[in-house]
Amino acid sequence: MHATNLQCNLPAEKTTVNAIDLLTDWLQHRLSSIQTEWLDARLQKIMHCDSDRDLHITLGMIPRKLGRDDLQLTDRELAQAEHLSGGWRPVNWSIDTAARIWILCHLAQAEPDRFSNTIADLCRTADLAESIAFYSGLAVYPTSASLDHVVAEGLRSNVKAIFEAIAHNNPYPAMNFSDHRWNHMILKALFIDSSLAPITGLDERANAELAEILCDYAHERWAAGRTVSIELWRCVGPFATDSKMDDLLKVINSGPQRERYAGLLAMSMRQSAAATRILNDHADVYACIKREELTWENVDSFSCTTPS
Amino acid sequence: MLFIDPHAHMISRTTDDYEAMAAAGVVAVIEPAFWIGQPRTYVGTYIDYLSSIIGFERFRAGQFGIRHYCTVGLNSKEANNAELAEGVMEILPRFALKEGVVAIGEIGYDEQTELEDKYFRLQLELAKEFDLPIMIHTPHRDKKRGTTRSMDVCEEHGIDPSMVIVDHNNEETVREVLDRGYWAAFSIYPSTKMGNERMVDILTEYGAERIMVDSACDWGISEPLGVVKTARLALQRGISREQVELACYRNALTAYGQSGQIKEEHWLNPAAIDQRTTYEGNSILRGGREPIVQDPAVQRKADELIIE
Repeated sequence: MHATNLQCNLPAEKTTVNAIDLLTDWLQHRLSSIQTEWLDARLQKIMHCDSDRDLHITLGMIPRKLGRDDLQLTDRELAQAEHLSGGWRPVNWSIDTAARIWILCHLAQAEPDRFSNTIADLCRTADLAESIAFYSGLAVYPTSASLDHVVAEGLRSNVKAIFEAIAHNNPYPAMNFSDHRWNHMILKALFIDSSLAPITGLDERANAELAEILCDYAHERWAAGRTVSIELWRCVGPFATDSKMDDLLKVINSGPQRERYAGLLAMSMRQSAAATRILNDHADVYACIKREELTWENVDSFSCTTPS
Repeated sequence: MLFIDPHAHMISRTTDDYEAMAAAGVVAVIEPAFWIGQPRTYVGTYIDYLSSIIGFERFRAGQFGIRHYCTVGLNSKEANNAELAEGVMEILPRFALKEGVVAIGEIGYDEQTELEDKYFRLQLELAKEFDLPIMIHTPHRDKKRGTTRSMDVCEEHGIDPSMVIVDHNNEETVREVLDRGYWAAFSIYPSTKMGNERMVDILTEYGAERIMVDSACDWGISEPLGVVKTARLALQRGISREQVELACYRNALTAYGQSGQIKEEHWLNPAAIDQRTTYEGNSILRGGREPIVQDPAVQRKADELIIE
């Protein structure tokens, strides 16, 4: 499990400026010179015009002119992103997403006071790909309290990919959400069958109330005869006391193998003598956990062979 | 055989309809912006409606393996509310370049008032500006003269008939529409528009060049399988497969494909980003299963007691 650095090393404005440099570089490596010239020319037009019309037309034209291929960043480029903003992993971005965010970063830099209004207005009439782009960009926009409402609306979306643009591979929630909003984001991710692993700061932001809510949710699912995501226990583990400990034990002792593994992984996050005793009862799996062979990343497919 | 329904108000339909359409081989639908059964009285509700058909409805269709496109425009009934109409004209350019917008429409005449004429013409100019096809709604009353007038006005504005789909044709209008070089669409809509036996007679008489079949299904008693059922009936009655494919698939693709926003590859070979985000793919295409027409009523039988 790699630790995520949630510290923001740079002032927010600086992050946006540096993000513009990164995006410029990434796009230049993937676009033809005609395409980059078009994008540059459109940016100049947007920046030197009072009406929003050029902005709307440019955002609409971007996929037509630049295509919708995956950005497919190299490891080196992903490391650049991580270095700029800890936990920012633009692994699922497409070319048009990057170009749209590049435009928005320029707007944010030029008119920081207007920016949250601009984003709110754009989101109101966004198509699906635009919504995904606008919310993915939260990773690099200058942070401001006035973005709060827009982000909350995005989280309420019924479109999984829009929700995930905020929740996944994006340091914004961990750095900005209250516990209340954070907890509801985690719960909603489980509700809509989204995965928790790509949520930046998942372990760092775990809290006792969330563990409580998640165990209630697990009980609801059990009562309805439905399955419970094994990822749920990751947020319960560090706070597993009393009845929550009983829930974990139930998972460890009665579930299929992958549930048992998840239960034990969760248990290993709980620093207590009781937890260690339980883990020692499952010495083979515990050994795999201690050697970091069994992790939350591979729990779905891992098979623990008894050490000789 | 694959089908496109180039006129379907899916926002008014249930998930049963989507399931039945997907099972029967419908791979794409075009949702024209229309009158929702009672007048909108604020431009804000219009904005939210247009946002729905470019956003959530597109996502909803994608969950059933159906690609969803739309047209945007101010319909003729609501053109008679001048204040609303002015507001809509102001925001329409924001929607014209959204992903999946294949035309300006459905526009044209209802009672053939001065205001209807004014906003019809303004929208023809908008279509020209954005190089988009036009979907014309021909009036229910005084249909023949309304249809002729719609084409006259298009020509007055210098619009190429090959960019115009004239919809809701019948036996009385079809010859002139085809002779003047326009696309002629027919809505298989019980009781008020075309029946599919009459449609087969038209295909027999005129062939399928520049003719397309749609369901125009909406909030009224209508038939989301109108295109599929017409295709089957036509095949049964001896129309060639090629002709049926033109009328029920290919011509819609060619006519609306002039927007650059609807392409066969969208369902045959979807972009990676779409497969990750907004399109669940088509099990029929992937699994090679023979399409079947489900009876949606079966799912609504009160004898089927178990709900999980």
